Amino acid sequence: MALTGLFLVLFLVVHLAGNLQLLAGDGGRSFNEYSHFMSHSLLIQTVSKLNFAFIILHVIYSLWLTRQASAARPQGYEGKPALQTATWSSRNMGILGTVILLFLIVHLKGFWYELKFGSAPSITYPGSAEPLHDAYEVVKAAYSQSWYAGFYILSMIFLGFHLHHGFQSAFHTLGLSNYRYKPLIRTVGTVFAVLVPLLFALIPAVMHLQSLGY
Amino acid sequence: MENQSLRLKLRVWRQASAQAKGNFETYELAAVPVHASFLEMMDLLNEQLIREGKEPVAFDHDCREGICGMCSMYINGRAHGPQRGTTTCQLHMRHFHDGETITVEPFRAAAFPILKDLAVNRSAFDRIQQAGGFVTVNTGNAPDGNAVPISKIDADEAFMSAACIGCGACVAACKNASAMLFVSAKVSQYALLPQGQPEHRDRVLSMVEAMDLEGFGHCTNTGACEAECPKGISVENISRLNRSYLIAQLSGGGTSTGTNTE
Amino acid sequence: MKLDSKIPSGPLAERWKHYRSTVPLVSPANKRKLEVIVVGTGLAGASAAASLAELGYKVKTFCFQDSPRRAHSIAAQGGINAAKNYQNDGDSVYRLFYETIKGGDYRAREANVHRLAEVSASIIDQCVAQGVPFARDYGGMLDNRSFGGTQVSRTFYARGQTGQQLLLGAYSALNRQISKNQVQSFTRHEMVELVMVDGKARGIIAKNLVTGELERHSAHAVVLASGGYGNVFYLSTNAMGSNVTAAWKAHRHGALFGNPCFTQIHPTCLPQAGEYQSKLTLMSESLRNDGRVWVPSHAEDAQAIREGRLKASDLGEDRRDYYLERKYPAFGNLVPRDVASRAAKEVCDAGHGVAPTGLAVFLDFEDAIRRLGRSTISARYGNLFEMYEKITGDNPYETPMKIYPAVHYTMGGLWVDYELMTTIPGLYAIGEANFSDHGANRLGASALMQGLADGYFVLPYTMGAYLSNEIRHAAPSIDHPSFAQAELRALELQNKLLAIQGKRSAESFHRALGKIMWEYCGMARSAEGLRHALGLLESLHQEFWSDLLVPGALNSYNPELDKAHRVADFIELGRLMVWDALTREESCGGHFRVEHQTPEGEAMRHDENFAFVSAWEYHGPNADPVMHSEALNFEEVHLTQRSYK
Repeated sequence: MALTGLFLVLFLVVHLAGNLQLLAGDGGRSFNEYSHFMSHSLLIQTVSKLNFAFIILHVIYSLWLTRQASAARPQGYEGKPALQTATWSSRNMGILGTVILLFLIVHLKGFWYELKFGSAPSITYPGSAEPLHDAYEVVKAAYSQSWYAGFYILSMIFLGFHLHHGFQSAFHTLGLSNYRYKPLIRTVGTVFAVLVPLLFALIPAVMHLQSLGY
Repeated sequence: MENQSLRLKLRVWRQASAQAKGNFETYELAAVPVHASFLEMMDLLNEQLIREGKEPVAFDHDCREGICGMCSMYINGRAHGPQRGTTTCQLHMRHFHDGETITVEPFRAAAFPILKDLAVNRSAFDRIQQAGGFVTVNTGNAPDGNAVPISKIDADEAFMSAACIGCGACVAACKNASAMLFVSAKVSQYALLPQGQPEHRDRVLSMVEAMDLEGFGHCTNTGACEAECPKGISVENISRLNRSYLIAQLSGGGTSTGTNTE
Repeated sequence: MKLDSKIPSGPLAERWKHYRSTVPLVSPANKRKLEVIVVGTGLAGASAAASLAELGYKVKTFCFQDSPRRAHSIAAQGGINAAKNYQNDGDSVYRLFYETIKGGDYRAREANVHRLAEVSASIIDQCVAQGVPFARDYGGMLDNRSFGGTQVSRTFYARGQTGQQLLLGAYSALNRQISKNQVQSFTRHEMVELVMVDGKARGIIAKNLVTGELERHSAHAVVLASGGYGNVFYLSTNAMGSNVTAAWKAHRHGALFGNPCFTQIHPTCLPQAGEYQSKLTLMSESLRNDGRVWVPSHAEDAQAIREGRLKASDLGEDRRDYYLERKYPAFGNLVPRDVASRAAKEVCDAGHGVAPTGLAVFLDFEDAIRRLGRSTISARYGNLFEMYEKITGDNPYETPMKIYPAVHYTMGGLWVDYELMTTIPGLYAIGEANFSDHGANRLGASALMQGLADGYFVLPYTMGAYLSNEIRHAAPSIDHPSFAQAELRALELQNKLLAIQGKRSAESFHRALGKIMWEYCGMARSAEGLRHALGLLESLHQEFWSDLLVPGALNSYNPELDKAHRVADFIELGRLMVWDALTREESCGGHFRVEHQTPEGEAMRHDENFAFVSAWEYHGPNADPVMHSEALNFEEVHLTQRSYK
């Protein structure tokens, strides 16, 4: 969980850095060029395969953990505590993860599949040799639908909670946490869990507003 | 305030034996003194049941001063009840209110099978300890106690880990029924002391293996164990265990052929 | 019966050394064939079982708890004494020996106590090697504190949980032997009968407390490490399950019971809050270092406090009686346990008690907080104050603690010789279960020392003397008629308890027994009271066997049946204690006879007539027990009367 999770965390950072170019305000050129580069670099393509593999591993391992947990406690408790002792996110990683997985499916269907196998429009920028997929246009079209943008933003909230527990938990599992570093890990984890989903959510929010003419 | 008492409704898990199917029974207690401990309240219930010709509720308890680790109830959704850092025997009725319904369940985990009613079998903990929770030293061949100085910081931290009473609340509270806090506390005690070093890697590997064999779930770092531990054992022990385990595995196992194979 | 204590001859300091060098040995090949049963897994039992198994003997351990780790040794707070002289303050083996004899009011064997002091240092080394996290100072060396009014610092400790850490150490050694199949551990098992073959202890009948089944276990020798019998008083600092049954079965088979009336009453416990109370909790004695003990000078004020009309803080200095400081100006609040306990009883009996029950005195930290500041007091006693508040709901920083004495330890137990063997060949008793090395009163931090001394360093040697003669015999088969008879006896007893079907629970009889014992055989005893108690116990015995109600069935998990069994034995034991207290016409240590006191009200020993160990022989539940005595010869120490004025 920890290793795959941390890889996915790294992926999030790279992905975010690229996606933020959607807000560059250049009509999508830098994003399209970036997107072109990404889909034509052997390294990135390998990493991307690896990423899919890690997502699948992360999911399989979580399913196995859930099964282990229910085998370890076949009968649950009836009593409901007045006060929970563990954070909400730590207790609901499975639910959070499932929502994120759903999001991923929608996300991949909407963009990755669309660009790879669908009929995405092309655009040729002055000075460039070949036409590029106009990924920006695809994104813009998608985010102009309010339910789509809303779903994205909501999913990012789930991602935030997932990361809030996942980030520090990964360090714990790898044995990298101790009395001295725990507060640091916790702080960085919290900042990460707020900042990254927030920035991700900013993109549909801004682009949706733009589509409404703001 | 001395004479205050409570009317209580108790929902208690009754199960005749390990194989039997259990169910909740509801009992009413008319006057529970607020200064009684939770177990004394259970004594009152049992006296009442005996008077009514019913079988009393079986529950584990012994020292009743919070150190033996024998008491093990899950009260209103919390291991050892709602008070932090408190075993069931040290929980007092003044923390409940008049007319309250209290749900009392056994610690639930596949590795802690129910014996009867609220009493569970925690021998799994013993077996984990037998797998390596010791220093190999025969009586008589110990050097002088001051021969190896141990820094106060290490000695104090080892003590904090060693303070575990083996009650199993960590397992009961964990949503995965994981025993990591218990195992890591024991491993940490030895890991922090020079006496524990020679067998450290072996110990980590064999105790973790024994834990897995018992059917406890895996740790997902929710921290519920630490919050429910009556002795405040820190989850930092778990991180230490994880670290030790990774190192022991990467370095190709233990320092000898194994502690358990003589 | 002639009691042979088997004390070796020669100079006191050389005896143990000489004994060890000359005791017969058993060859490793033969040790493999010899089996030993150890009943009880506290400090004494676990350490003995582990050490015997390390030597190569085949060991079986039995405990009624769900794990060996839960034996009540775990609750010892203060520390463990050892004559290490790490503090360079003049401690020595001789000094520890001398203070133990004197503290026990000259009713212990010199040779045993000297041996105890000799091996004390090795215990610390052994525990450190096991990974016991003793307190250390900043240089990394073991820390010591002074305990129980001694003038040297020889007490080793692990915060307030020394017993726990030592027991977990012994438990770890035991676990190691279990993993090697040298020890077989039986948990949730209680010894319910002793099996004798040809006059020797050859096994036990153990009850599986989960299934209710009776099991036969044979061995070449049986070791009882089943602890003390303080629960005869119902309310004590013992665990709920602590019982005398194993020792009592041995007694019924002919093992003499030594000094049964010697019980230690600890002065600083939480008072009883009500009838429902099931046990008493000890507060560390160290509280008396800074707390001042007092009661209201006027009985009317005390009554007002009891009824909640007055608070402690309402009473000015002129209306308070700091009775320990008044009566014992030299030692004040730090007088020994028995003196402090008796003084509390006196003021409460005179109507000055402060709890609703009338049975409590104040332990006040107001002065100490004013003098030293709240933070200093918190650093010293913070955890104890928290524990007090958790149990009582009162905050000791603001209102004085209420304390009262409670039964804590029993010095008496099965009589054993120098080799720790009872009067039954092949049956040993160690730890609190034997009549031990503490004489009439145990010093603080000495119980842990004795338990571990017996288990780690004495029994593994002394058993050789007996077992070296047993190598020719295999352990008897469990099909031997003696096993069948013992099992039948155990079964009949349980059936008998179940068949009464009266109206009262075992618990209610236990409470009634406790009240009789506490009232007449507690802190102050008189011939008249004791005789009265004999009558009360007689009727209680009859009532028990005619009005007991045990619900549930025979072959099942039935804690009520197990409790009833224990209470039955406690009632018989209570009677023996009263007999012993009645016979010992003197006051010494924990035994205070009101007829035998100095004009100032202090305990008065009669060495000329009572410098002996009483060892009682069982003659049936209704017959009078017969006393034998082992004279105590003091060669090294000079007998003096204690004075704390």
